[in-house]
Amino acid sequence: MAKSIKNMAYDKFEVLTSTAYPLPIENVDTDQIIPARFLKATERKGFGDNFFRDWRYDSEGNPIPDFPLNDAKYEGSKILVGGKNFGSGSSREHAAWSVYDFGLRCVISSFFADIFRNNCLNIGVLPVQVSPEFAQKLFDAIEADSKTEIKVDLPNQTVTLVSTGESESFDINGYKKGNMLNGFDDIDYLQNMKEEIAAFGETRPF
Amino acid sequence: MSKTLFDKVWDSHVVRKIEDGPDVFFIDRHFIHEVTSPVAFVGLKSRGIGVMYPERTFATADHNTPTWNQHLPVADPLSANQLEALANNAAEYGISHWGLGHRNNGIVHIVGPENGITLPGSTIVCGDSHTSTHGAFGAIAFGIGTSEVEMVLSTQCIMQPKPKKMRINVNGKLGFGVTPKDVALYIISQQTTSGATGYFVEYAGDVFENMTMEGRMTVCNLSIEMGARGGMIAPDEKTFEYIKGRKHTPKGADWDKAMEYWETLYTEEGAEFDAEFTYNAADIEPMITYGTNPGMGIGVTKSIPLAEQVEGGVATYKKSLGYMKFNEGDNMIGKEVDYVFLGSCTNGRIEDFRAFCSIVEGRQKADNITAWLVPGSHKVVDQIKEEGLDKILNAAGFVLREPGCSACLAMNDDKVPAGKLAVSTSNRNFEGRQGPGSRTLLASPLVAAATAVSGVVTDPRTLLEEVAV
Repeated sequence: MAKSIKNMAYDKFEVLTSTAYPLPIENVDTDQIIPARFLKATERKGFGDNFFRDWRYDSEGNPIPDFPLNDAKYEGSKILVGGKNFGSGSSREHAAWSVYDFGLRCVISSFFADIFRNNCLNIGVLPVQVSPEFAQKLFDAIEADSKTEIKVDLPNQTVTLVSTGESESFDINGYKKGNMLNGFDDIDYLQNMKEEIAAFGETRPF
Repeated sequence: MSKTLFDKVWDSHVVRKIEDGPDVFFIDRHFIHEVTSPVAFVGLKSRGIGVMYPERTFATADHNTPTWNQHLPVADPLSANQLEALANNAAEYGISHWGLGHRNNGIVHIVGPENGITLPGSTIVCGDSHTSTHGAFGAIAFGIGTSEVEMVLSTQCIMQPKPKKMRINVNGKLGFGVTPKDVALYIISQQTTSGATGYFVEYAGDVFENMTMEGRMTVCNLSIEMGARGGMIAPDEKTFEYIKGRKHTPKGADWDKAMEYWETLYTEEGAEFDAEFTYNAADIEPMITYGTNPGMGIGVTKSIPLAEQVEGGVATYKKSLGYMKFNEGDNMIGKEVDYVFLGSCTNGRIEDFRAFCSIVEGRQKADNITAWLVPGSHKVVDQIKEEGLDKILNAAGFVLREPGCSACLAMNDDKVPAGKLAVSTSNRNFEGRQGPGSRTLLASPLVAAATAVSGVVTDPRTLLEEVAV
């Protein structure tokens, strides 16, 4: 399998230890993550500026200071811990791009919407699904101390609250895990089986 | 082992199974539009790869197109740039392109079926979550991201784990004034906005059997709003009747051969589902949403539930009602509305305009209402005119706009202003979906029409009774 030559190829993901932005709201949809009016680019750049645009800024364009993504005490975090059913709604990959472009590499939630999860995996953002109890533990720890670190270990498929050592394992299929560890994407894989695909295509009636 | 409809179509499209990984899944039909495809073409170029089967991809412009004066140059330079990118990419790679002004142009999920591109037993994807619409024909159809658009362009495949299977049965007779949109909003209110996540849904039961193809499209369209990957309905005589003779439908001997296959597309007795739900048609009222996701729906005559009555977090619920400027226990009937939107891939078909007209005929648009009536395609416009519905609308004080996605996602100028309340036949009531700060109530074309002539949220049955029988 060839290393991706795509401009937007992502860096390998192995072990990430970082503080985290908390967003304990349920059913966060992709229209909030990146509103439709910011989908007009024909290139993949600049989406981080409009990440959660309407929750980060008021109608005059002033930052809303107590929104966690604007709060200096979380600045530089590479992880976002979101509420249940994160990323519902539209299939716009721009939502995942804006996560990445904002500087995040991992989203933790007790439940993800399908398409958003898929899009994240395809561009190098790791979606980590934990139990509702563990998610609450993370929210509580971050609230008690904004400098709380979370360690996401992809090879071992564990997520750990560094301060207490409390840990939980998470699921990811072996194929996607391999891609994330190596910075590969699906197109690399598919390119290498085009003959098999062409033979299959011959059998399709329409 | 007995197979479901979904199994039959899925399994026949698996090129390769990857152990502890997804299936390599072949796509028969691929739709692209101006918003989610340009970056995929940039990806192709940077990798130096081409389009494997250009004849399997169809481009139409819809998401950010104006719905007024389409013959003039598009004023917004960013939108114009995306439309130009779509046109150029289609031309460069030999892909069929129905741009602005083309007589086949319209919303991707409306023009696909209209032109016979959508076929039973096929697999269909598009960089748009409402691709589930095409499941109405017994196809497996779902939305994908831009990386996957690039995969389909370059290899006609994507890599997907097979979803779990859910069957939703609705049996009985639908009540007066209850439309397919209400059936879907009712199901979503029962499932919640995430209840079907991880599943592909088959809709079964006599309510769907008795539904028109337009109605089935509305139901399948909204599958994603309960988190489902897609939804589908077994093809039947109605399906075959709808597709026969359309532009891209197989003809002659090819049709006969296709029919042999299509007639095998049903769920066999004893086939197993991972989850199954059954609802009673008689329990479904005309529906309306009151919150900021499509699962927050109630019968139009009901009042907004109290926080302690709903599943999920109280803080999230209160945030949602706060955004809507509603209170727990409020009645929906009588709430003053500013905008009414009829259109979108959910309710922009001829049947929706007929339903709207059945109420506004002989009445007048309320003065406080700004109404946007946006047909889903030029073919829908033609049929509206053929049936004289445009005259009914004009006499009632309404104006027809030109086709496009319009105020459903407000990428063009059709934006509901901040704080204003809209009754919308579209599919999402998320915060700011119809414009920054806009507030959306999702409902059927009948509820939209009743509201448009009354100026306030209105139960359509109170107006229909006057004209019925």
